[in-house]
Amino acid sequence: MSISDESPPERPELPDSRTVSRSTFLQAGLAALGAVGATAAALEPLKKVDDYPSFEEFFQKHYKELSKEEMAAVLERTRVRVKKKFGVDATVGDPKPIEGVEFAYALNIGRCVGCRKCVYACMKENNQSREPQVQYIRVLKMKKGSINVESSQHLYEDETVPTKDHYYMPVQCHQCRKAPCVKACPVQATWQEPDGIIAIDYDWCIGCRYCMAACPYGARVFNFAEPKIKPEEINTNMSYLGNRPKKKGVVEKCHFCMQRTRKGQYPACVEVCPTGSRKFGNILDPESEISKILETKRVYILKEEVGTLPRFYYYFDV
Amino acid sequence: MFEELRDYSVFVLRALRETLLGDWRYFAWMTALAVVSLLGLNAYAKQLAYGLVTTGMSSEVSWGLYIANFTFLVGMAAAAVMLVIPAYVYGDHDLHDVVILGELLAVAVIVMCLLFVTVDLGRPDRFTHIIPGIGKFNWPMSMLSWDVIVLNGYLALNAHICGYLIYCEYKGTKPTRLFYIPFVFVAIFWAISIHTVTAFLYVGLGGRPYWNSAIIAPRFLASAFTAGPGFIIIALQVIRRFTDYKVKDAVLLKLRMIVQVSMIINVFLLFCELFKEFYTDSAHVASAKYLFFGLHGYNGLVPWIWTAMALNTVALGLLMLPASKSLKYLDLACALSIIGIWIEKGMGLIIPAFIPTPVGDIVEYNPTLNEWLVCAGIWAFGMLLYTVFLKITIPVLTGRLRRESGAGWKLSPILGSNPVGE
Repeated sequence: MSISDESPPERPELPDSRTVSRSTFLQAGLAALGAVGATAAALEPLKKVDDYPSFEEFFQKHYKELSKEEMAAVLERTRVRVKKKFGVDATVGDPKPIEGVEFAYALNIGRCVGCRKCVYACMKENNQSREPQVQYIRVLKMKKGSINVESSQHLYEDETVPTKDHYYMPVQCHQCRKAPCVKACPVQATWQEPDGIIAIDYDWCIGCRYCMAACPYGARVFNFAEPKIKPEEINTNMSYLGNRPKKKGVVEKCHFCMQRTRKGQYPACVEVCPTGSRKFGNILDPESEISKILETKRVYILKEEVGTLPRFYYYFDV
Repeated sequence: MFEELRDYSVFVLRALRETLLGDWRYFAWMTALAVVSLLGLNAYAKQLAYGLVTTGMSSEVSWGLYIANFTFLVGMAAAAVMLVIPAYVYGDHDLHDVVILGELLAVAVIVMCLLFVTVDLGRPDRFTHIIPGIGKFNWPMSMLSWDVIVLNGYLALNAHICGYLIYCEYKGTKPTRLFYIPFVFVAIFWAISIHTVTAFLYVGLGGRPYWNSAIIAPRFLASAFTAGPGFIIIALQVIRRFTDYKVKDAVLLKLRMIVQVSMIINVFLLFCELFKEFYTDSAHVASAKYLFFGLHGYNGLVPWIWTAMALNTVALGLLMLPASKSLKYLDLACALSIIGIWIEKGMGLIIPAFIPTPVGDIVEYNPTLNEWLVCAGIWAFGMLLYTVFLKITIPVLTGRLRRESGAGWKLSPILGSNPVGE
């Protein structure tokens, strides 16, 4: 006996059940058609999405799980993407931490004049978006007599600096030994490298911004829009975990210019500082300038009470 | 096995058919919800195309309405437990009748929670990275990874309990206790956990003094147990009015008691927090000051929080008075407390933690229209889901939708070798 031979049983609760159901199904069909059309119309803006992940990108592994060959393919893909987007030939490398090196940074608050040259040198070196502007360094204008950042100003617009009764305190990623951002990230997209740098796999970050909520230094910034950089302003010396241009929707931050420092150069901010307030080096070498500063100067750790053990120190000459 | 599958697919088809039947009010309601959902979908498509720049968030205020709604809804979802405990632990028969309606609400609301988290992601295309086993899950370190587990677990638990019980009722068979009682009890603890974990998400951040307070988790629970049962009271009254399912007054009055007690605890805990902040008056009071009184001329959240305070106060007053034993005032009290808590726990708990920033900047947060539309879309979609769940469940509970009364029961097996029932 086939199914169609059975007549539907009587349903006393709904006497007109058969007619209802026939017209209902017709209506339902029309409604479904309308719903599909309306949904398609609602999804129309998706046509403008221009960064759908390719097959390879979708299945790309986490940085730490890439084999040598896979890493080479990823670097090549990144190079091609930069070429396609900016029309520039870049070299994209993946410099590794140097054995026996742990970086640290010291900033002389007595000398900083708040000129913000570091902010812009950083942006240029690290291929951050210029529109909207993404900055790794915030220079805080502090009232003399207090070291409380909660009463500082960041967006000051003085014609000349320094201004009377103020001193300046630049803040950037502190590369903490006990980094709250690393703890927070749900997908291990950020971690501490052997040389102390807190790195981000920008191809793994899901953009949840929990690390930004976790950071006590406000060091992390998010690409709310697709980063815009003029091709002539692109720095073509790029590294995967460092300064390659980012996509929209990921977090980035200072990484001690690893594309430079892992090759023995100073970070861009150290090089550009006109007052020599910025010092950088290897704290595992007792003879390095940074080791001497930490040993002999009066050193201050910003927000020491949150217990993140930063590799970024402030110091005073006098 | 085959018959079970066939029976089940007949059930699914009949359930779907059930959602297509209704009077004009039902269709008007569903159409309205569908339209708002689609508006939200459209707004989200724009966000996907241009990035989160379509929202009012910034690197300074990096979480906004999405996470605020998420936080509030986690509470609503967990509130089903306030029906489950009396029904299953204390054997309350009145609440036992409606407990499944609460669990269905939990399912719909958890789906909303997951949607709110998804729309907040900068790279939703990388969602596989957060799937345990497939991605690179930072468990147990990251509280967010805990949240992924507890939310999805809670969804699965409730979906199983509801699905199983409704299907048994439909078949007219007695549910096997082993198949649901253990899950019900696990779900009780699980409900507390979704709250606690979500609170810990904020509490665990040493760099945000506004959140770094042990009282946040208990406050979450208290406000959830106010807003959740409050919502269920309103839902039950709608059900009572528009369907033939009988909801006893006693049920509503018992829920009123739960809402009443929770609201008192909620307001008390809020008072404790405010005392700590303002009496101590340390540098850490800045966020609370911004929220309640404004800071250095910035006062974007001040009207919001005082609205919430007023709503909560009126709701508390109404709930304490015998007046709210009359259902009209009870509805009002519930509606006021839901809105009040939505503001207080959403905008009031999330945004001020970012203002001022950890380095002292004050950047205010103004949600954009697009952001509001995405939120409205998710709310409408959640309500749509809940309506569909109820539309299927209520005929089953009233006995109108039964296996015996439908075509499915009488179908002979196609092979003819294994007759059923006869």
